[in-house]
Amino acid sequence: MRDTVTPVEPAIHLDHVSKEFGKPGSEAIYRAVDGLNLEVRPGQMLALLGKTGCGKSTIFNMIAGLTEPTSGTVRVSGRDPFADFDSFRGGIAIVFQNDRLLPWRTAIQNVELGLEMLDVPPAKRREAAQLWLTKLGLGGHENDYPHALSGGMRQRVSIARAFATNANILLCDEPFSALDESTAGRLRAEFVRLVKENGKTAVFITHSISEALEIGDRIVVLKRPAMIAYDVSFDGGTGQEERELIRSRIGEVLAA
Amino acid sequence: MSETATRAGSSAAATLLAGIKRLGSSVLPFVVVIAIWQFASLFFPRFLFPSLIDVFWRCLEIFSSGTMFADVLSTILRILAGLAGAFIIGGLLALSMVRSRAVDNFLSPILTLFQGIPALSWVVFAIIWFHGVEFRIFFIMVMTTLPAFTFQVLGALRAMSRDLMEMVFSFRPTRLKLFRVMIAPAILPDILTAWKVNLGNASRVVVVAELVGATGGVGYQLLQQQQLFDMAGALAWTLQLVFFVLIVQGALTLIENTAFRYRAVSERAI
Repeated sequence: MRDTVTPVEPAIHLDHVSKEFGKPGSEAIYRAVDGLNLEVRPGQMLALLGKTGCGKSTIFNMIAGLTEPTSGTVRVSGRDPFADFDSFRGGIAIVFQNDRLLPWRTAIQNVELGLEMLDVPPAKRREAAQLWLTKLGLGGHENDYPHALSGGMRQRVSIARAFATNANILLCDEPFSALDESTAGRLRAEFVRLVKENGKTAVFITHSISEALEIGDRIVVLKRPAMIAYDVSFDGGTGQEERELIRSRIGEVLAA
Repeated sequence: MSETATRAGSSAAATLLAGIKRLGSSVLPFVVVIAIWQFASLFFPRFLFPSLIDVFWRCLEIFSSGTMFADVLSTILRILAGLAGAFIIGGLLALSMVRSRAVDNFLSPILTLFQGIPALSWVVFAIIWFHGVEFRIFFIMVMTTLPAFTFQVLGALRAMSRDLMEMVFSFRPTRLKLFRVMIAPAILPDILTAWKVNLGNASRVVVVAELVGATGGVGYQLLQQQQLFDMAGALAWTLQLVFFVLIVQGALTLIENTAFRYRAVSERAI
């Protein structure tokens, strides 16, 4: 276990970020995020852990540039992902909780989607999509429509879609929560390998302590409204005993 | 070997039988109507129930005569032009309504009001307001089908999956790409349904529009048949529109079957 050190410019930087929902001035305002400060180093794999409704998805949407913070600043690679939305084309890729495949596109056409947005020539994007489908064990299913694929296969297509754009920042919103434990375990291992191999910075949202320990090299536990309750970094050298200590500490924080 | 051949033969026979059954069930209603009409023609005067053989020859005459078939074509063009105009205007209105609540609040009551105006009233308004026959007919066709097209496209746009939209947005598409990869395929099923529904409406309205003021077209010809008390002619001209609607409906169904092959088919019907 060691403290987080960020000697280089953070890939993701949230500075006193708050997010409120509801009409300004009305009493029915809901504060989902409250003055959050968070930095993610390039190449780091951050697991954001918290109970349902603690504001994880709101943070996720703000980093993705899909939601604007009410106050504070969000910076991804030094830029505002909401205001400079288009400048992140190909820079941020997302794996959602459900696969979100376009039902009118085949598996390979779904993987090509992000590359189409980047104006990659058809032959090159087909080649890249084919490569990622094969890497994820979906060779032979290129021309299948989503309805013909199992839940695990569909989620693998959505992972291939995210990796195919070669984005530096990867955001994952509980991507394996809808799958059975055996499939989720296999995909998790594949996912970690691919992220490490490709040197991505990843933010992985989860509500499972085991998943956070398996995936992250840093775990941030959030308490409602999204405030950091516990922040721990570790690496391959962290022993099983230490990991168990972290697990029990996280359990205590979540239960408090 | 012979057992395999027997099994293959019985499977082919079953497929053929199923095909005949399917064809029979779709043709049967028409056969019944034709038989009842032909039976009635034996007992009623010709101007009430003419023999369908006469109607058939009149249809053939319309098909083979250049001037008569030109009347059919001009009506078809009027229907298609009116529908295309209403679809384009309706689509643009729906897009602006979905983008702005203020526009929606402003246009929705107006379109609802238009829906309540009878087609015949639009005919009267068109005659009073405009001079050119073709423009009058175009105006009537557009005004009578515009609200339905607008509301149908609006409904389709609003029913688009928010999740899928968010996913496509995460790739930062240009507006054109967003439309091509997400909006157009998502609303296409509703657009085809809207065309199917409005096609039937338009083929009824065009006849009313042509009855007043036009010097050609199916509506004009129907008026002539009415003045001559020629039921066989009236039926033959009516059938031209029916054939047109059936052909276009068939083409739309073909497009549906090709474009929506991605849909999962449940083995159990509703």
